[in-house]
Amino acid sequence: MKLHSFHGGLHLPEHKSESTGAPIRTAAIPDRIILPLKQHIGAPAHLLVKPGDRVLKGQMLAAPAGRISAPIHAPTSGTVVEISEQQVPHPSGLSAPCIIIEPDGREEWTALPPPMTNWKELDAETLIERVRDCGIVGLGGATFPSSVKLEHRGQAIDTLIINGAECEPFITCDDMLMREQAGRIIEGISILKHILDINRCFIGIENNKPEAIEAMRNAAKNAGLQNTTIVPIPTLYPSGGEKQLIEILTGKQVPSHGIPANIGIVCHNVGTAHAIAEAVLEGKPLISRVVTVTGAGVNSPCNLRALIGTPIKSLVKAAGGANGQSTRLVYGGPMMGFSLRSNELPLTKGGNCLLLPSEEESPIPPRMTACIRCGKCAEVCPARLLPQQLYWYARAKDFDKVQDYHIHDCIECGCCSHVCPSHIPLVQFYRFAKTELWKKEQEKRKADHARTRHEARVARLERLAAERKAKLRQKKEALEKPARGKGKAAGGDDAKKAAIEAAMKRVAAKKAAAKEQQPEKGADN
Amino acid sequence: MLSAILTITILALLFGLLLGYAAMKFHIEGDPVADQIDSLLPQTQCGQCGHPGCRPYAEAIAAGEDEINKCAPGGEETIIALADLLGRDPIPMDESIEERPPSVARIKENECIGCTLCIQACPVDAILGAAKQMHTVIESECTGCELCLPPCPVECIVMEPIHATYESWSWPYPITAHRNVAQAQEAS
Repeated sequence: MKLHSFHGGLHLPEHKSESTGAPIRTAAIPDRIILPLKQHIGAPAHLLVKPGDRVLKGQMLAAPAGRISAPIHAPTSGTVVEISEQQVPHPSGLSAPCIIIEPDGREEWTALPPPMTNWKELDAETLIERVRDCGIVGLGGATFPSSVKLEHRGQAIDTLIINGAECEPFITCDDMLMREQAGRIIEGISILKHILDINRCFIGIENNKPEAIEAMRNAAKNAGLQNTTIVPIPTLYPSGGEKQLIEILTGKQVPSHGIPANIGIVCHNVGTAHAIAEAVLEGKPLISRVVTVTGAGVNSPCNLRALIGTPIKSLVKAAGGANGQSTRLVYGGPMMGFSLRSNELPLTKGGNCLLLPSEEESPIPPRMTACIRCGKCAEVCPARLLPQQLYWYARAKDFDKVQDYHIHDCIECGCCSHVCPSHIPLVQFYRFAKTELWKKEQEKRKADHARTRHEARVARLERLAAERKAKLRQKKEALEKPARGKGKAAGGDDAKKAAIEAAMKRVAAKKAAAKEQQPEKGADN
Repeated sequence: MLSAILTITILALLFGLLLGYAAMKFHIEGDPVADQIDSLLPQTQCGQCGHPGCRPYAEAIAAGEDEINKCAPGGEETIIALADLLGRDPIPMDESIEERPPSVARIKENECIGCTLCIQACPVDAILGAAKQMHTVIESECTGCELCLPPCPVECIVMEPIHATYESWSWPYPITAHRNVAQAQEAS
């Protein structure tokens, strides 16, 4: 098979062998499980439990709110002790609503939905429903709800790409999963192909993982999987980026502002395929994941299958504990991850790696100096952007220009910052510009909304005022009419005249009575 | 000579008609400059600028009757955007206007007497309630204009700053952050 290549990219020190020595171990159940209600892209899940409830393993604790959302399940049995704002793994270090569970250690399963071993006879909707109910999101790190990606929505899909590239240094969780669970992954891929109703499938794996490639090939052969090619691809960061992998395997580029479905491709991570197989074949929701705990700062780097919500400190402990060589705690890889401020934070669905790097492995960048226009950043940019121009405009806060230079196509891979001889934190500038743009858009939408509401209110008040005026006029007219219509007097007018005369007489009589100060007054009334 | 005069006259007439027709055909209702200014204003309808809403302020700016530095909720960014639009130089915020953090109104529900005065004051219909019934603010619709505070006879409305979530958080401007790291290193 002919491979294509993407622009730029970097050869980085791999640091993969540290954590691939031992098989995946299961991390112990922690004392406390913290489950953020939002561990995916989209709306936060809608809470179903309250403090004090006893929950069983696999029970849904929060339901998806809207189409782009995912449920949260209990990773083990125990008691909900608290529902409160807790710090979550996010670059901002801010808090978000979380469910806190105290496990009882009994691992009592709830009644799971029945296994769908006959998935070949089931239609796509039923299977997508299952994927959604099991809370499966993209496990490569983006955490987009997988079920949404499987709905066709009028797009003609002809290719499924399975991402096993895992290009970022230090991370080996997909590698280990492929080595040990290749059969399950292949089953997941068969299910995905059935749901999407397509034949063509490529599994892209970087050629620095020969064991994984071998295991996947064997598993595919054993399963008799047709029209599926396992493609070893050259090791080059960031070949595991969705758009980059698609370009390597098919030569096609995902359009700017587009998604792979626009060119007939759906891309899933190997971990997601594994989780989908478990959901369909066993009814198991996504309650655990494989996470790499590595870096010079831990005693025995390894891969752990840990429950979602396990505090980071328990994971570090499971990896032999910290040895003090690292002062930082990075969530994700060295290129795209971010530092955590505390080790109390929980593991979330998108957490593929926990890195405790030594000073040598991830040096603190020296002070930034002026850009010398060397152009190295443009050479390595996998999205073919012009990082220098983006930098100038982001620095000058000229957000229109930043958009003209396609900032939204930036995948934040960090190649440009890595090669910059002036140590300019380029990606941070792009992230800043992206979030500012997003904030502006949000504000604009809010202002437009407020304007419509205000205009609607003004219009309503005017309408009410006009109605009141019209009513008054009508009343006035009704009163004035008889006076004007006196000439063409009808029977009614005579009656009125008589009534008025009678009233006048009564008044005259009253006056007379009052003058005489007679007791007839009462009779008069 | 005569033919030249005739030609010019006919041409002048023709173009005159064309211009007259174009003026009628492409006539624009309203003031487009005021519209553009209005689209840059934050639409809180708070009236801190001295006009009864964002649209009247936009019209006043368009007519040259008011300065561009009176929008408190919009802050410096709005001044710069307006200056850009109108080709003027940005000026500092008017001294009589104080900037407040973005916030929303909240009614202390056990103190509300159900007088409906705040409902009548709200420019975006963000308060829900009826006579002698407890009122409540629809948080997602509230623009934080504070117009409901003065009419309340029992002072049961308070302004609460908008709670920052990580979804609304944005990355800080890197230069200061980076310099701080560098300076900290130098200091140590």
